[in-house]
Amino acid sequence: MSEVLNRVVEYSGKNPYACYQCGTCSAVCPMVRFMDIPPHRAIRLLQIGAGALVLSSNTIWICVSCMRCVDRCPRDVAPGVVFEALRLITLRQGIDKLKYEEIPNIEEAPTLAIVSASRKLTG
Amino acid sequence: MSSEEPRVGVFVCHCGLNIAGVVDVKKVVEEAKRLPHVVHAEDYIYMCSAPGQELIKKAILEKKLNAVVVAACTPTMHYETFARAIEAVGLNRYRLEMAVIREFSSWVHADKKKATEKAIKLVKAAVVKVADNSPLEPVKSRTVRKVLVIGGGIAGITVALDIANAGIPVILVEKTPTIGGKMAMLSETFPTLDCAQCILTPKMAEVARHPLIKIYTNSEVVDVSGFVGNFKVKILQRARYVKIGDCRLCGFCERVCPVKVPSEFNRGLSDRKAIYIPFPQAIPPAYVIDKANCRHWVDGCDKCLRVCPTKAIDFNDEDKLVEEEVGVIIVATGYDLYPAERLKEYGYGLYRDVIDSLQFERILSAGGPTKGLILRPSDRKPVKRVVFIQCVGSRDINHLEYCSKICCMYTAKHALIFKERVPGGEAYVFYIDIRAAGKGYEEFIKRVQEEFQVNYIRGRVNRVYRDPKTGDMVVVGFDTLTGQLLTVKADLVVLATGLVPQLPYELASKLKIPFDKYGFVQEAHPKLRPVETVTSGVFVCGVAHGPKDIAETVAQASAAAAKAMELLYSEYIVKEPLVAVVDRDLCSGCRVCVGICPYGALELVEGKAKVNELLCEGCGACVVACPSRAIELRNYSTKQLLEMVKAVVK
Ligand SMILES: Cc1cc2nc3c(=O)[nH]c(=O)nc-3n(C[C@H](O)[C@H](O)[C@H](O)COP(=O)(O)OP(=O)(O)OC[C@H]3O[C@@H](n4cnc5c(N)ncnc54)[C@H](O)[C@@H]3O)c2cc1C
Repeated sequence: MSEVLNRVVEYSGKNPYACYQCGTCSAVCPMVRFMDIPPHRAIRLLQIGAGALVLSSNTIWICVSCMRCVDRCPRDVAPGVVFEALRLITLRQGIDKLKYEEIPNIEEAPTLAIVSASRKLTG
Repeated sequence: MSSEEPRVGVFVCHCGLNIAGVVDVKKVVEEAKRLPHVVHAEDYIYMCSAPGQELIKKAILEKKLNAVVVAACTPTMHYETFARAIEAVGLNRYRLEMAVIREFSSWVHADKKKATEKAIKLVKAAVVKVADNSPLEPVKSRTVRKVLVIGGGIAGITVALDIANAGIPVILVEKTPTIGGKMAMLSETFPTLDCAQCILTPKMAEVARHPLIKIYTNSEVVDVSGFVGNFKVKILQRARYVKIGDCRLCGFCERVCPVKVPSEFNRGLSDRKAIYIPFPQAIPPAYVIDKANCRHWVDGCDKCLRVCPTKAIDFNDEDKLVEEEVGVIIVATGYDLYPAERLKEYGYGLYRDVIDSLQFERILSAGGPTKGLILRPSDRKPVKRVVFIQCVGSRDINHLEYCSKICCMYTAKHALIFKERVPGGEAYVFYIDIRAAGKGYEEFIKRVQEEFQVNYIRGRVNRVYRDPKTGDMVVVGFDTLTGQLLTVKADLVVLATGLVPQLPYELASKLKIPFDKYGFVQEAHPKLRPVETVTSGVFVCGVAHGPKDIAETVAQASAAAAKAMELLYSEYIVKEPLVAVVDRDLCSGCRVCVGICPYGALELVEGKAKVNELLCEGCGACVVACPSRAIELRNYSTKQLLEMVKAVVK
């Protein structure tokens, strides 16, 4: 198993090998049109040891954690949860994906939005 | 046991390298020779082979052995083999024990020394046991040469005809007012596309006129007792309110009946009356009154009675409880479709133009609600574009974990018939994998794709909704092969819903047959005993056992028929005599054993417990429960078991 996959399993408790590529996740994903790699293909890349491609894609950051794919996944691979694990791999290296100084009018932004963005995009 | 001194022979099998690769068989033989009562021991590469069996026979005769231990595989595997061998030279088969040194030693241990020690201990235990085994005779009982078949689908019909044609009487019990099952609802059948009714209704008619088949429709089995060869069953026959022999199917009653309810046979796509016949070729050929919806019991309506020319209607008809005795029971209760409304995203139950697969079969049927024209249910507009969604419920841990096996094929069939009937029509199929492994099946799929140009999309559907402006259905799905999100407009959406079993839990427990984890009947062995259940004399066939198509259902039904006939061929059922025995002097009549016996084999006779040897399975629950220690298992006496334990721990 590749290093990325090991970590995914450890952090998420999910098993990407269970995926049979039905594409339900990609069908239900509200953000799929903005992703470089659709969710089902990201899982496929993990299976063949190409997790690095997924890590460097925008897919895991575009994911809004709506968890529709987790609800509907017929094999409990739960891509939404796997993506969370993939984000952690980057964030735990101390790489933050949110630069507060780049948020326009941060004083006026809703607190809730900032809190959830911080949770998702910073380590 | 017999009064003569035990003279035990021990035969140690190598099982090729299966045993000899780990266990030192020579050492086992040497040790065995030293044991009390043992007068002979030897080893051989395959004890179960003909020369191996000859060794045993020869030793019995030459050394005058009166008991035998074979140290080899398991009794399940080869007890019968060795029992027959020793019987051939005059020994009683219960003077044989097997020491399981393969499964319990060589296969599960790597340390050769310890594995050998364990094998020796197992042999020691078997020797002390066999020395004290009584010679026994099998328990015998007469069989009732009659078969009960539960379920009148194509499985039940086939099994009933096979058995009755062999001269054995059959009782066929069907829950609904007609036999035929789901097959009667189908249009044409894959892979050859013969019309279902054309191949089914002649068989139904054959059942009806067969002198050896008695049909109970509107009926259910409510109680089962007894055992293989001697089952007693109670059948609840619900009142039909129409006398079967008198009804001429003129249909006057139906015309005057004021009540309309959705037709089960057309799966709600048309209405029927409160007095109805499910379909014109139904067997028995007679109308039936649906009491729950009939107005007679509300306001005394008797319009049907007044027009019936043969006075076949009888509002005083009553439910009847019928008792029958049979030797064999065959379960053929078939399936239902998984409730598609549980997959909310597809809108079944919400939109009339989203239908399930059996509804589409009815639409395609010449005798169906649209006479075979493909019209959408909401406004009867001809369908030009149809979307099929496969794996609805199946292969999904949120619904049915298993593959329903036949949906790939029936969906391909649906698409083909649609394209044939609607020139210029478009058909889309959302699928995950196409499973078409039967004979001629792959070719069928190829034809559908190539010749009929059905659009197969490998992916799943997000949701189905109605376009409020056009009234069309809209299907949003994903094509995993191109990575495209697709939106397909359609007049009709057909859901390939999975198959679920129909056998109720209560009936299964009365029959003492286990379910698999999905509620299908568990077969006794998945490969070698596919139509038997663990309860002797109860067999299963058709979709009750697991999803399958008609060809496979029929093959399995004939297999079950053959098994039933095998059992009923001889006049007697023979059973192992390794059962519980009560010492009447010790029994206090406290009834503890009666309550604890899972097989209902114990009863109190003249104040003392008595074992029905035909029902007793020799589980030993009563032996342990008895506070007076009045019960023992034959050849598994407490004394024997303690001696075995001592032999092992010494
Ligand atoms: C949409 C669709 C299309 C299909 N098309 C094809 C095809 O083209 N070709 C093909 O080979 N196969 C096809 N099949 C499969 C086919 O329907 C089954 O293989 C076949 O009907 C199985 O027969 P059965 O007798 O086991 O079950 P069933 O047909 O379900 O019959 C069971 C019978 O038992 C009765 N019953 C149930 N419970 C009880 C009870 N407790 N007491 C008494 N009676 C009871 C039921 O009322 C029913 O009459 C299709 C299936 C579907 C869903």
